[in-house]
Amino acid sequence: MGLKIIVLAKQVPDTRNVGKDAMTPEGTVNRAALAAIFNPEDLNALEQALRLKDEYSDSTVTLLTMGPPRAADIIREGLFRGSDGGYLLTDRAFAGADTLATSYAISMAIKKIGDFDLIVCGRQAIDGDTAQVGPQVAEKLGIPQITYTEEIQSVKNGKITVKRRLEHGVEIVEGKLPMLVTVNGSAPDCRPRNAKLIQRFKYAKTASERNAEESNYSRLSASRTYLNIGEWSTADVNADIKQCGLSGSPTKVKKIENVVFQAKESKTLDSSDQQIEELIVELITNHTIG
Amino acid sequence: MANFYLDNPSLKHHLNHPLMKRIVALKERDYTDAEKYDYAPINFDDAMDSYEKVMEIAGEVIGDVVAVNAEEVDHVGPTVENNRVIYAAGTAQNLKATTQAGLMGLSMPRRYTGLNFPMVPFVMTSDMAARADAGFSNLWALQDCAETLYEFGNEEQRQSFIPRVCAGETMSMDLTEPDAGSDLQAVMLKATFDEANDCWRLNGVKRFITNGDADIHLVLARSEEGTKDGRGLSMFIYDKKDGGVNVRRIENKMGIKGSPTCELTYKNAKAQLCGERRLGLIKYVMSLMNGARLGIIAQATGLSEAAYREAVAYAKDRKQFGKAIIEFPAVYEMISNIRAKLDGSRSILYETARFVDIYKILEDIEKERKLEPDEKAELKKYKKLADAFTPLGKLFATEYANQNTYDTIQIHGGSGFMKDYPCERYYRDARITNIYEGTSQLQVVAAIRHVLTGTYLAQMKAYQAEQLNPELDGLKARLAKLVEIYEQLVPKIADAKDEVYLDFQARRLVESAGHIILSYLLLSDTDRTPEEFRRSAEVYVTYAETEIAKIQKFINEFPIENLEYYKQV
Repeated sequence: MGLKIIVLAKQVPDTRNVGKDAMTPEGTVNRAALAAIFNPEDLNALEQALRLKDEYSDSTVTLLTMGPPRAADIIREGLFRGSDGGYLLTDRAFAGADTLATSYAISMAIKKIGDFDLIVCGRQAIDGDTAQVGPQVAEKLGIPQITYTEEIQSVKNGKITVKRRLEHGVEIVEGKLPMLVTVNGSAPDCRPRNAKLIQRFKYAKTASERNAEESNYSRLSASRTYLNIGEWSTADVNADIKQCGLSGSPTKVKKIENVVFQAKESKTLDSSDQQIEELIVELITNHTIG
Repeated sequence: MANFYLDNPSLKHHLNHPLMKRIVALKERDYTDAEKYDYAPINFDDAMDSYEKVMEIAGEVIGDVVAVNAEEVDHVGPTVENNRVIYAAGTAQNLKATTQAGLMGLSMPRRYTGLNFPMVPFVMTSDMAARADAGFSNLWALQDCAETLYEFGNEEQRQSFIPRVCAGETMSMDLTEPDAGSDLQAVMLKATFDEANDCWRLNGVKRFITNGDADIHLVLARSEEGTKDGRGLSMFIYDKKDGGVNVRRIENKMGIKGSPTCELTYKNAKAQLCGERRLGLIKYVMSLMNGARLGIIAQATGLSEAAYREAVAYAKDRKQFGKAIIEFPAVYEMISNIRAKLDGSRSILYETARFVDIYKILEDIEKERKLEPDEKAELKKYKKLADAFTPLGKLFATEYANQNTYDTIQIHGGSGFMKDYPCERYYRDARITNIYEGTSQLQVVAAIRHVLTGTYLAQMKAYQAEQLNPELDGLKARLAKLVEIYEQLVPKIADAKDEVYLDFQARRLVESAGHIILSYLLLSDTDRTPEEFRRSAEVYVTYAETEIAKIQKFINEFPIENLEYYKQV
């Protein structure tokens, strides 16, 4: 039984290693100063999809990402790790999208892809931390969703069984396909890039990339069609421009503030049993431990 | 989050050596595989780009997985349950990650699902792996047994075993026995032909077998009844799936604890002959050992790299008498020497790997077509050089790994003696490198031939003739002087025509040759990448001069009759 799996992934600035120049004076993210990476939880999602592909032969994993032209890296990164292909949704009209406009664009692209059994995506992206896009895409497609996935345990007879990681424990739930699941960072890490795949797919390019740099390798793409990364504009996915990008985004950023923690959160205790006991009680009460 | 390839510019330097152009063209048979395999390179740049990308993958997996697991693997180690080895959890994870990354079977031809990489990038993965976890680098480098299987096995054996190695199955070479260590001619494990089942059967005991519970074993056994020497030994392939070999115990070792060292019992174990009878030791194991020795040079180099980094980090961090200890001459001299010995080890590692590459690929091509006369000469030249450089490299790199890890502990002071820092692990791990796959003393036995026949001298002259940046003329002139001294020392010993005296002085001659060759290599490295190697070239040449002066004094002033004071009754 082959599954058709779509993985949603986002290229994000690496906010995990933020230096002094991470923000512009205007208070927006200084993308030039931060490396562009595969959103970490989307990698966890990709691994879940690839495991299903390992288990169920004839399955396909298709990556879908929206972003500027350089986000084609995300598709290549997926190919190097075992996905079968991918699409880059790129158009100036998509720029400035909030979660509503993003999920609209992505849902239109999924409709264009057509047939699928499962959509897997990371819980949230490290640049916005909204965790809204996955659920909104499910709503727009009218399919059920399971969030906070730690492990897709099985997919059988049109049903999917998922282990969810919640604040105080785990929950095993079952749902009907087609389904969208969002995956937590606590799920297993993604497998590494593969030596053979990187050699096979290193010249995979979008049409615009190929036009931009005429190289010796361009001719390869004619005989090796899998080296062509799909590139879609608003028109390609039949999107209503008004619902895309800035114009489709009701969320307006009014102001961004840098918050610097002023108070040092430290306490000095002596080594008496009483003080230690009080600390334990305090930590349990505020749920730091226990 | 470390990438052991990207954070180490000297690896990129060695990967991009000018000789690679020839190596890659030979290995890729002028890029004809590209028509059949979509991951094969279409030209030299494409191939180099692929090596680079794959080294990046290896560097990432080794930095993020293997290095992170190393400490726990060292503490926990493998265990034996029901005669089977169970790897430490970290080791199992390392094997899974490297297999998923498609790094197994790196040097195997594509028709057996390998990547068809030359030895240079393969050795580079071992170099990186050893920096992370020297014990794991053993399991890693043992995939090189597939090289021997490829070289001497028949087509059916190649097809059935090599793709399994590429898919992540591990290998072992079962050579040593309780009474056959350095002297492999004494191997007793018995191979008898089982007419009824048309297969060979192995019976006996092997000891000190690295990764002895591997999936696929190459076994040295006595197939010729009544024989006592090496000519009665043949090589066999044992497949763990067939059963018959049990792990009796694993050794409790000082270092490389993650690598299981096994005692094996063979009870009627089914096996197949690899190659021809009687050639097991004299041909196949010699080839196997040469490959393994190259692997140990890489392991030792990786350990020196780890030690160097640890030494620098600690010396910068540790403050005494109001400043970082790296500012004291006593400490920075040690660090410079560590670095120079590390760079020298790595240079001879990759120089040897290139020599091995050229001759091995030409030998392989010879199976497909007749070689042209100039190709034949090329094969002969590089085979001889590989044969001369392998023992020299092993001698130097492994002794230096010991010295470097020792000095790194010294730099750490009392803290280095504690289990809190990884330098004590490096020190324990390094200790085996100058023992196994031939002790340093046996490397001297292999190398002295090339002192006497002039292989090393000819190569020194070849290096001397290379055109380098005039800025290096001063160093080059100093090396020319060392070569002169070397030319005087060799006949002094050789002309005595006394075997025992020659054995007694052999190490001194081999070491002189090594110091000069390492110096030349560092000069050549400096010529290509001065910012990376200049300091080491200066430090090493000075060190070589001092060492050779000592040797010169010893040899010149040693009366042969004084040998009596050394002989033990």
